[in-house]
Amino acid sequence: MTRPGRDEDPDRLYTVTGGRSRSTVGAETFDLVTLVVSESAPVRGMQSEHAAILRICRFPTAVVELAADLGLPVSVVRILLGDLLAQGKITARHPRRAQTADALPDPDILKQVLVGLRNI
Amino acid sequence: MATAGAEARPPLLSTAAQGLKIVVVGGFGVGKTTMVRAVSDIRPLNTEETMTRAGEGVDDLSAVQGKTTTTIAFDFGRISLNDETVLYLFGAPGQERFWFLWDRLFSGTLGAVVLVDTRRLEDSWYAIDRLEAHGTPFIVASNDFGGPRHTAEQVREALDLPAEIPLVECDARSRESSKDVLLALVHHLYALSTARSASEDPL
Repeated sequence: MTRPGRDEDPDRLYTVTGGRSRSTVGAETFDLVTLVVSESAPVRGMQSEHAAILRICRFPTAVVELAADLGLPVSVVRILLGDLLAQGKITARHPRRAQTADALPDPDILKQVLVGLRNI
Repeated sequence: MATAGAEARPPLLSTAAQGLKIVVVGGFGVGKTTMVRAVSDIRPLNTEETMTRAGEGVDDLSAVQGKTTTTIAFDFGRISLNDETVLYLFGAPGQERFWFLWDRLFSGTLGAVVLVDTRRLEDSWYAIDRLEAHGTPFIVASNDFGGPRHTAEQVREALDLPAEIPLVECDARSRESSKDVLLALVHHLYALSTARSASEDPL
């Protein structure tokens, strides 16, 4: 038996990704907080992780939430998302690169955050 | 059928379009997850990232298994700020051995809160050094564990914290208090950001 309950079991990760540790299509562009949205329903015969992503992402879902839901490392989820993106089955809402040269965020975004936080 | 863990979580609005990140960093047991839980719309989730030090260019996981693979787990929560913007809060252990991962995981973060326990200030030295080196703006929040009181000056001195970096006290169990910490960080970021715009070289 494999070790129980450990998601980083290399055998499982190998199977899930078909042995790849990188995606052919832009997996690196998926930030932890990129919001993913399904553009189609799961179909019979689809890899179960792909189908699960399409179900979860009926509503926008961050990459990091998908990783938590699927019990898979973020790097593996990025590969699966790259597959689905290449097939046109998902769209990705990436964070705006609002950082200025010295890594300070845009004042307009910060204003939104201040207003939003005050209202929670 | 929902995947385990997905059932109880309310979905984001279909209009959600922009994810933002703030990191709460600190030593073991300092209250990072407590703070995330206090302000999050959802019960904090846990996930992990595996990184292979030599693995960046490797195309086959089978070739990776002999190399140094590090797994780090981290907690996170989220706050929907408005119809379009969602703020994600990450709790990150501050130990030295994790930093090569944080640099990658948390690039693009708005800023950081360094959560400290005044009884163990030395636990946060490394995190502060690292944030300064990385150029990530941050504030320090001192979590009140009910021990002997330290003055702000004492804490500043022990952390060698420059005057321009805000130091606030908090109770990480309290939603209001933790919200005030986040507001203090965002005010700090706003001041830095507008000061920079004002002094920007026209060239």
